[in-house]
Amino acid sequence: MKAQSADRTSKMKIFLSAALRLLGSVVVLSVAVFAQNDGSEQNQTGRGGTFAIVGARIVTVSGATIENGTVVIQNGKIAAVGANAAIPAGAEKIDGKGLSVFPGMIDAATNVGLAEIGQGVNASVDISETGTMNANAKAIKGINPHSSHVNVTRVNGITTVMSYPTGGLIAGQAAVINLNGSTQDEMAVIREFGLVINFPRISTGGGFGGGFGGGPPVEFSEAVKRRDAQIDELKKLFRSAENYLRAKDAFAKDATLPYPSYDIRLEAMAPFIRGEKPVIFTAERERDIRSVAKFVGEMKLKGIIVGGQEAWKAADDLKKNNIAVVFTNIYNLPVRDDDAYDLLFEAPAKMQAAGIRFCISTGNGGAEVRDLPYHAGLASAYGLSKEDALRAVTIYPAQILGLGDKLGTIEVGKVANIVVTDGDILEPRTNIKQMFIAGRLIPLTSRHTRLFDSFKDRK
Amino acid sequence: MRKSLAILILTSLSIVSPMFVFAQAKNDILIKNATVMTAAKGTLENTDILVQNGKIVKIGKNIAAPAGARVIDASGKYVTPGIIDCHSHSMLDAINEGVFSVTSMTRTRDVLNPTDITIYRALAGGVTAANLLHGSANSIGGQNTTVKFKWGHPVEDYPIADAPPGIKFAMGENVKRATSFAAPGSAVRYPRTRMGVVETMRDAFLRARDYKQAWADYKAGKTKVQPRKDLELEPLVEILEGKRLVHAHGYRSDEHLNLLLLADEFGFKVATLQHGLEAYKIAPEIAKRGTGVSIFTDSWSYKLEAYDAIPYNAYILWKNGVNVSINSDSDERMRRLNLDAAKVMKYGGVPEEDAFKMITINPAKQLGIDKRTGSIEIGKDADIVIWNAHPFSVYSRVEMTMVEGEVLFDRAKDADMRRAMAAERDALEKLDVNKAPSGGGGTSPRIPSEMRVKDRDEADQADGGNR
Repeated sequence: MKAQSADRTSKMKIFLSAALRLLGSVVVLSVAVFAQNDGSEQNQTGRGGTFAIVGARIVTVSGATIENGTVVIQNGKIAAVGANAAIPAGAEKIDGKGLSVFPGMIDAATNVGLAEIGQGVNASVDISETGTMNANAKAIKGINPHSSHVNVTRVNGITTVMSYPTGGLIAGQAAVINLNGSTQDEMAVIREFGLVINFPRISTGGGFGGGFGGGPPVEFSEAVKRRDAQIDELKKLFRSAENYLRAKDAFAKDATLPYPSYDIRLEAMAPFIRGEKPVIFTAERERDIRSVAKFVGEMKLKGIIVGGQEAWKAADDLKKNNIAVVFTNIYNLPVRDDDAYDLLFEAPAKMQAAGIRFCISTGNGGAEVRDLPYHAGLASAYGLSKEDALRAVTIYPAQILGLGDKLGTIEVGKVANIVVTDGDILEPRTNIKQMFIAGRLIPLTSRHTRLFDSFKDRK
Repeated sequence: MRKSLAILILTSLSIVSPMFVFAQAKNDILIKNATVMTAAKGTLENTDILVQNGKIVKIGKNIAAPAGARVIDASGKYVTPGIIDCHSHSMLDAINEGVFSVTSMTRTRDVLNPTDITIYRALAGGVTAANLLHGSANSIGGQNTTVKFKWGHPVEDYPIADAPPGIKFAMGENVKRATSFAAPGSAVRYPRTRMGVVETMRDAFLRARDYKQAWADYKAGKTKVQPRKDLELEPLVEILEGKRLVHAHGYRSDEHLNLLLLADEFGFKVATLQHGLEAYKIAPEIAKRGTGVSIFTDSWSYKLEAYDAIPYNAYILWKNGVNVSINSDSDERMRRLNLDAAKVMKYGGVPEEDAFKMITINPAKQLGIDKRTGSIEIGKDADIVIWNAHPFSVYSRVEMTMVEGEVLFDRAKDADMRRAMAAERDALEKLDVNKAPSGGGGTSPRIPSEMRVKDRDEADQADGGNR
């Protein structure tokens, strides 16, 4: 079944479904088999094998671009790269003449799989758990592997995303997934990646976080006090988790001590407060970013900022605390009327100049994550070099996600997340010709190509 | 009598003269050696364009600069007509009059804000004209305004005087208030279903037809009592008479088709289907009626009725001969319509020139302003954009935008302006009045609470789907 080409599979499916309508329930068994492989919005998982892309321009990102070279994919990994790479016997050859090979792009801040239709279809939305402290909520458990956002996103060359929960103070744990797989675990690259915190900010708007219907605006000094109180609350949560873990450790060594009853939320904090895994803070303004940096320093955390509008202004604090920035603001308007019109387009170039570790992300819920290359390209139109723009959606996010040794470049030994194009991958006119995720050749079909095929010839 | 008339003319001339002088003071501009994407006659290499009195007067090679003309060397650069956004709510202080289901008496013309910074940002994205539409909370919404983005001009200069008037219609989720809640104590508004939406429109047109007849009867002397002028029905009569363009918001193909059938019933033509994300499903029906479609290239899935949207929409419509434009409906997206048009080439394979027309001459036709703008042709308004690279490249940037020959965005000048503004801000912040109260320990200056607004980044910018 898996060896079948995607096209044949889908033709088979159409044929079979027609046959089924005639035969009724006679072939129930076949239905079960097909449901497993190619259900209505099942994301086709492609096929594995040994592949050699021959005679292509190879944009390795890690080193110089190879103008006429070969990439060999075997056992899900990149087995060879180079102008004269040996092609294993039996490898399926892909003619790369006139084509370019890129590492699959990575978006390090999305909600892919957590919400199919954000407005008006609540039943399809699992982004935001209720309550303020949900350290144990895990995005990987809410991601729908069969979301059509998955197939629509990947056919534009994005192979891996970080997907994170929002809402409350401690929103839960983000996951890093490849955009392929029939189950959550098949998709998972890092099941539990980072703990997401909506970091308290100074807000003169009414209510918590200045949200809608929160009452009249307040004095700035009052807003600072309110923010400080919220940070204190956050610190208290961190201290509680530390105390809880200390009590557990103590009990493990000396069973005569009182048994600390299990706390599912505090327990979940362990790898993050110990600095083993990152804490992801949403923050935009300089003052809030600096206050994240202070918090990260005090609590000795591994910090990542998602958002980062004014990160370039806080380079010193960010670098001192080794905080990376996932910049999600290319498709946003500058906040203040007297901001320069291209303030946010220019921000990545400024971060690069300031030596901040950063990557470029759509920050999108899912449907428009496919625009990732254009976010990077626009940053390049406004100052970032083309090379850095490409890095900002390949190796930079890989590094920020702790996957710099596995993803983000075309190097031997890396996971074979590879995209073959007919041009610059950041250009909107460029077409994706082939793609591999973890070495599997992925069909370039999506919800959109299926609807296109259904209606393109209607008279 | 004659003398007093002469005096009157002289007086009025002297009042008008500053504006008159303003118009005359526009320099001639000669753009040299550009790659010109005309949106009319293909792309011309190494071409010059001469602009005089706000109009394009010559296009060709080696045009001599008239005395005093500003010469712009555009070697290696791309020159295009200004982009036209056929669906925008920029510079509107209000968007939805949401109480009634028919609000044809309201006009976006009354709420234009010429100081809205989004105008300047649109110019910086190469947009020179827009269809400013009422929102989509009503089956029959308010009247549109077709404007040129004349940044720095008084508000009365914005509407294009000879643009045909239009009106917003809407169908689907927004109209039936599918995702909004009635305030406590308030009644649920009719209609609540797609059935009711069609009947709301039919009822309005039946009333308009009667109203038109009542006036005709009165004017023919058949009746003696003059009908009372009805601000709700007047615009609908104009639609029936073919004098007002209908721009109809909708998503599902069935509801768009129901509107087309209703229009058939009452004998008018729908100018554009707005959004039309499922228009590809009924492309032949749309083409047959000569209705235009104004779409997003690839937005989808943000609500149920957008779930079947596909980026191949433009291609299928184009293949069926429908006039397609790409719009933004967003102050943000408006700045990158060039890239949205580029994507049209990728999804299905619309040729470059036709894809480019979808943000220039096609929307101009949809808005009835194609005689004056939307392409680089002799005699047209000099609404011109200069790009550092092909506008379909993600690496392209607008260098200069002019409207009717007046340079309203210039990237080089912008750099100077922001330096000046930074200096001004520094100076202002040093003023005593802006210093923290003594002993205040770093608190900010007191601003009366009624003068404070929420930070814009903290306001919920979501449009609630009602745009």
